[in-house]
Amino acid sequence: MSAPTLPSENPAASVVSPSGYAIEFDNVSIAFDEKVVLSDISFQLAHGETKAIFGVAGSGKSTLLKLAMGLMRPDSGRIYVLGEEVTAMSEQELFELRRRVGIVFQESALFDSMKVYENVAFRLIEEKVPTEEIERRVREVLRFVELENTYDMSPSELSGGMRRRVAIARAIVTEPQVLLYDSPTGGLDPVTSNTIVELIMKQRDVYKTSALMVTHRLQDAFTMATHQFDKKTNQMIALPKGQLSEVPMSFLILRDSKVIFDGDAHRLASSRDEYIREYIS
Amino acid sequence: MAFELELFSPVEVAKDIALAVQEYTLLAGQSLANFFRRPLYMGDMLQQADLVGVGSLPIVILTGLSVGALLALNSASTLQRFGGITLIGQLVSLGMVTELGPLITGLMVAGRNASGMASELGSMVVTEQIDAMRALGTDPTKKLVTPRVGATAFMLFFLTIIADLLGLIGGWAVAHLLFGLDTQQYWTSVWQILVFRDVFTGLIKPVLFGFIISTVGCYYGISTRGGTQGVGRSTTQAVVASSVLILLVDFFVTKLIFAVFGYR
Repeated sequence: MSAPTLPSENPAASVVSPSGYAIEFDNVSIAFDEKVVLSDISFQLAHGETKAIFGVAGSGKSTLLKLAMGLMRPDSGRIYVLGEEVTAMSEQELFELRRRVGIVFQESALFDSMKVYENVAFRLIEEKVPTEEIERRVREVLRFVELENTYDMSPSELSGGMRRRVAIARAIVTEPQVLLYDSPTGGLDPVTSNTIVELIMKQRDVYKTSALMVTHRLQDAFTMATHQFDKKTNQMIALPKGQLSEVPMSFLILRDSKVIFDGDAHRLASSRDEYIREYIS
Repeated sequence: MAFELELFSPVEVAKDIALAVQEYTLLAGQSLANFFRRPLYMGDMLQQADLVGVGSLPIVILTGLSVGALLALNSASTLQRFGGITLIGQLVSLGMVTELGPLITGLMVAGRNASGMASELGSMVVTEQIDAMRALGTDPTKKLVTPRVGATAFMLFFLTIIADLLGLIGGWAVAHLLFGLDTQQYWTSVWQILVFRDVFTGLIKPVLFGFIISTVGCYYGISTRGGTQGVGRSTTQAVVASSVLILLVDFFVTKLIFAVFGYR
């Protein structure tokens, strides 16, 4: 399936943070009441890399994304996003940082009192971008997610897959340097899931956007590890076996509030850990 | 069938109350401070003013008229017994302007709008729309709470004036049509009894009540937990808490004004 044309060719990863990573978690822990959700989590996300995060339900995957965005505060540890220490920033300072980070929520989280156009344009309107420029960019990203015809529609008129794509459009409209996807293909049919995976792949390979992708669907992450987006044909193509390591894709598995695996597809496939083998089988 | 009785620790309950008061105070303070910070979302404020002000107009007209008429009706028989039916205008005027106008309007708008704000913001919380707004770099307190606070305080002021006026008209209808009191006599006594203190009391209260209604509604909305059931709980709590707070604040404001300006 071919993906629509690209909005612009301005690789987001051109800005290098002082820490050298797009995102860095350093011994992060968080508990809700008595329940420890994440315990001493440490990992790094390189610039331009996409990291798929796995774990059973309730293992803290979504919490991890909210921590990275500064929507939640950890009990201990430090988090760096684009070189800035999220854990040491005030809410006002975080609003500035969040303008450079996009997030796609699990249930899309579109503003139901606004039209699709207003949802996608939300950040641009807040930044007082001229109206003509807003309209041009909104139409571009809606075309990018193949939903230009939904411009004047309400979120309630859209299907689950369409909402998810509008949420992606809203996240990428400002060309963020980092994208966080929370189960972007959860509950969708295989065709729609494939379209969304292709969009995420395009962000990775064309815009070089760094991303954390929480998912339950192993096949989506493996597709991203074994395929690359081809600009010429404007669709994803399977990579020959020898070139798999060239794709900036890694995997992170959470279990019992700890990271039990952090590495590339090759290391994941050759892991001897029983739990991991069972998980990927 | 076995029933399990959940035991509450008084210390935990006290801690929860202290935390809620702290969070409410912070939100209320922040909503006021936001009036001096840009951007000031005037469009959202106008939209809320329409919802709160124009939307509440029918209910305020009805209650204003009824309360004024009832006040006149209930007091007329006693006044008549002492030959003081001509005082009915003074009684309705003082009652409506200083106390019943602001109070009834406040309680009506609390029932209508505190619940609306709590359910709207509560739904936004459970569907992650508030988180999405924060993630998009916008402060929800600025975008959602401050316009509601400004609009409610502003519109309640005018709604109260309308309720006062309609209450006086209701009182006149009863006094004139049922008890045969002269129209001019009624309106003259309505006007003459009022002094600056009464009008000041009657106009300062709706601003405070509007602030209470909107901040309590928004606080319960934003602190909603537990899905759709939580939204229902927040809605109920918002109406109860704002109504109780209005009654409490009404008492203390009246007392304070008496202390400052002295009794009649």
